[in-house]
Amino acid sequence: MGIRERLAGNEAVAIALRQIDLDVLPAYPITPSTDVPMYYSQYVADGKVKTEFVAVESEHSAMSACIAAAACGGRTATATSGPGLALMWELLYVASGTRVPITLAVINRAMSAPININNDHSDSMGARDTGWIQLYSENNQEAYDNHIMASRISEHKDIMLPIMVCQDGFITSHAIENIELLEDDKVKAFIGEYKPAWSMIAGKPVSVGPLDIPQFYTEHAYQRAQAMKNSKKVILDVFKEFGALTGRKYDLFEEYKMEDAERAIIVLNSSAGTAKCACDALRAKGEKVGVIKLRVFRPFPLEELAKALSHVKAVAVMDKAECFSAIGGPVFADVRTACYDLEKRPQIINYIYGLGGRDVRLEDFTFVYNKLDEVVKTGKSGEIYRHLGVRGV
Amino acid sequence: MIYVKDAYLNLSWKEIDPGGTILKAGTSLEIKTGDWRIMIPGFVAEKCKQCLLCFPVCADSAIPVKNEKRLDFEFKHCKGCGVCYKVCPFGAITFVKEDK
Amino acid sequence: MSKMVEIRWHGRGGQGAKTASLLLADAAFNTGKYVQGFPEYGPERMGAPISAFNRISEERTTLHSNIYEPDYVVVVDATLLSAVAVTSGLKKEGAIIINSNKSPADLKPLLDGYEGRVYTIDAGKISQEELGRNFPNTPMLGAVVKVSGVIPEDKFIADMEQSFKHAFASKTQVIEGNMKALKRSMQEVKGL
Repeated sequence: MGIRERLAGNEAVAIALRQIDLDVLPAYPITPSTDVPMYYSQYVADGKVKTEFVAVESEHSAMSACIAAAACGGRTATATSGPGLALMWELLYVASGTRVPITLAVINRAMSAPININNDHSDSMGARDTGWIQLYSENNQEAYDNHIMASRISEHKDIMLPIMVCQDGFITSHAIENIELLEDDKVKAFIGEYKPAWSMIAGKPVSVGPLDIPQFYTEHAYQRAQAMKNSKKVILDVFKEFGALTGRKYDLFEEYKMEDAERAIIVLNSSAGTAKCACDALRAKGEKVGVIKLRVFRPFPLEELAKALSHVKAVAVMDKAECFSAIGGPVFADVRTACYDLEKRPQIINYIYGLGGRDVRLEDFTFVYNKLDEVVKTGKSGEIYRHLGVRGV
Repeated sequence: MIYVKDAYLNLSWKEIDPGGTILKAGTSLEIKTGDWRIMIPGFVAEKCKQCLLCFPVCADSAIPVKNEKRLDFEFKHCKGCGVCYKVCPFGAITFVKEDK
Repeated sequence: MSKMVEIRWHGRGGQGAKTASLLLADAAFNTGKYVQGFPEYGPERMGAPISAFNRISEERTTLHSNIYEPDYVVVVDATLLSAVAVTSGLKKEGAIIINSNKSPADLKPLLDGYEGRVYTIDAGKISQEELGRNFPNTPMLGAVVKVSGVIPEDKFIADMEQSFKHAFASKTQVIEGNMKALKRSMQEVKGL
């Protein structure tokens, strides 16, 4: 039945990592992710884990140490936010290119400048093309659950890609909410023992990170791309197994009241919960609206999403990141791509919203549903690249 | 092609090691980097005092040592850098353009 | 969602409004409720106005925004009455609870015409007398539980002792004072 608790998202993540009992946790603190290594260092001090805690001098070093630990066959994880993730950039590619499993708790924070410590997704969205699997979490429960599933996915022999588990900085990372934890032994049994295919410190000698000449680099990139494609099946298998254990059933995305929906909002992380409340209120008035909450953004669930949207008339894709492409946000671009091959495409508009911690209210989603109603009634999308709540627009 | 055995170049993406990790030791022995040489050192045994200043500076382990005595060069990996020639105080190492 | 109670806290950085909201979440959690307790984070410094929030309900809410139409407002520092629109969106069936040595009638004119119930509690005095320092959050917590009835009082008293043991694990000497402050505030809160 699990353990009834109330925890902020960061502590929930730290507990998941404690239950996994990492071999190595290198960390450099940055708001709002600092609690994760802070709690974990206490577990180390209290002897609750066998982990080697490495206090490094930067996020670049934190990720370097993760790669090294993983190359030595260890289970490893770290946590970061916004500019900290940016400082890891070079190593994000090294991690996925070296094909080592690492779990990274991304507590989403806006990118500077102007300096801002609050939540949006510009950090992890910027890292969406680095060869990392990306899971997003609506609340503390999903953040906890995703972390327990993450190492299973990342360490799978057909995958061997690092994985980011994202949740919204402050909004869920620092909000106390009810949560159901698994018992330690159940987590242990679920994640099992990690048996790496090779290690720098055990078994046959290996060389990690040699120069890859043009005759091979393409093939290695193709391998990585194949692993990302294959990961969808592995992710679903792990979700299914986790569902059997906990009763919490997860999919690549959650379809909320989508069966007969004519208008849909696509959204990630904490705002999805608020969107559901707006959806409920309109459903109570008989309006056919729904929410799709993306849980897995990399690999992108293209076919599945296209199918889910095939009966929908109008879609608003919510991007909590402005990526300055001049044509819309990153989720929008991928959703539109997914719908291109549909016989009957929905009209799709994009809203950039909630940047730098701008509070996202139920009324914001009601507004978006109303705008979608205009799109359906007029048959015209109008401006597809929109910004929510910008003063003077 | 001098970097890699030609046979490797036809390997498909399924046959190469993920991440480029080299899963065995001593693979450099398979690659004849001595082919890259333009200049070549020569061992003049009669001038050699066996001071052994030369072998530690060789980056390619091309100067074998046996019973505390250096032997003639092994050219399979010697890239002709000339460092041994520079350090020899007795003119016991020559350094000339290689006649290939 | 059946009967979700929303509470907004106004305080100044360092006064413990955030801690109070987390303690209230704890207490409500212990009575079997679904809770949210979260502060609004910004560049706050000691003394700058801050707010914190609670949602307490029988079912899990998925709402993740700040609270704009609270059932109750708690003002931990009465000097905020002239600095922040504390009654903004406050439901008139609800109430506002203010830390002040003045009477509710004295403060009502400062509340932008708020028509609902007004309560005051001299949390500063209680804190000074029971804890020897100005930590108004514990007495405020007692007052908000009394006024809102969101948690059964006896259950609340019993659970708070546990929560204080958890929160003050490294300074157990303050637990007794906090418990006294809590009980006194539940008796001394004055309403209009």
